[in-house]
Amino acid sequence: MTAHAQEDFRHHVRRYLYVFYALLFGTLITVGASYIPFGNHAINIAVALVIACGKAFLVAGFFMHLVSERKMIYGLLAFTACFVLGLMFLTLSAYADFPPLTVSH
Amino acid sequence: MDIPYTVEPRPDTGLYNAKVGIWLFLASEVMLFGALFSSYILLRVGAPEGYWPRGWLNVPIGTVNTLVLITSSITTVMAWASCKMNQFGRFKVYHAATILLAMTFVCIKSYEYHDKFTHYEITLKDGRYADGHVLANDPKADYVVISGRYVQDRKDLFDLEARKAPHHHEKLTILRSQIEKMERYGPWHHTYLAIYFTLTGLHALHVIGGAIVIGFLWGPGSKLWETDPERFTNRIEISGLFWHFVDLVWIFLFPVLYLI
Repeated sequence: MTAHAQEDFRHHVRRYLYVFYALLFGTLITVGASYIPFGNHAINIAVALVIACGKAFLVAGFFMHLVSERKMIYGLLAFTACFVLGLMFLTLSAYADFPPLTVSH
Repeated sequence: MDIPYTVEPRPDTGLYNAKVGIWLFLASEVMLFGALFSSYILLRVGAPEGYWPRGWLNVPIGTVNTLVLITSSITTVMAWASCKMNQFGRFKVYHAATILLAMTFVCIKSYEYHDKFTHYEITLKDGRYADGHVLANDPKADYVVISGRYVQDRKDLFDLEARKAPHHHEKLTILRSQIEKMERYGPWHHTYLAIYFTLTGLHALHVIGGAIVIGFLWGPGSKLWETDPERFTNRIEISGLFWHFVDLVWIFLFPVLYLI
């Protein structure tokens, strides 16, 4: 690796450290937010999931290099996202489709 | 015979083969965990009002384990960066740290499992419930001793966060003749525990599997560095991608199971 390339890589390393600090901070924020009574528990759930999505973006985007990956990987992940969302939809749609008189909610 | 495209990118994909392979594998893993997460949602929305547990897991312990896993993610990426910068000594240090952190995570998780398997709900013949951690349960003795509390309504055992009265645990001695049913907090006790043990157990298996691979690359597998450093660096990247995925899954498991 040339000296220039090494210096460029050190820049990446600094970025990894910033991501790491952000993930630590995000974890503490998640825990802290869970103790705040927002009035409706659904808001607590939404806040926790939004922070989790932010942390997931940091890990996937920077540690897994997805912010600068090849198109083929993006295509593969797009297919995966479609299938996993479809799977979730199918599973949850079953909730609205219990035969009558079998389950009381 | 040499395996093609272990270092140089394949012309049609623009990637070395192992990278395409690990992403295909991770895509299948997304489907696996996605199915379990959707099961969790289904169980949760389908639970009768007031019977979905809150506060059954120890948040400080879960937080520490989350921080442990996040720290292992940065040591993994730093190990790969050290290889890229031709600093093999630093790679060894960072990956040793990753292995130690993985072992710490599994130890903490084991402690949490032990805590659940020593926790009992006891249905008494007088209609009350005793709940707590068992202190003495000799099958020859005609009593059991737990550190816990009595409740009149079983619903009081579910939402520990909403509980208004302070939660005092005291030493309770219960005659076996008074017990109608005694059940530990295993996966069979409640659908929440069933999905908790399934999700965290599967995740822990991934942590152990990943740690074994990383351990191999840190130990005997690191000889490749002497003959083919670029290929070795790619192997570190691949194992790192798997490790970050394991971290990614935990990022969602932690709030879903511990906090909300």
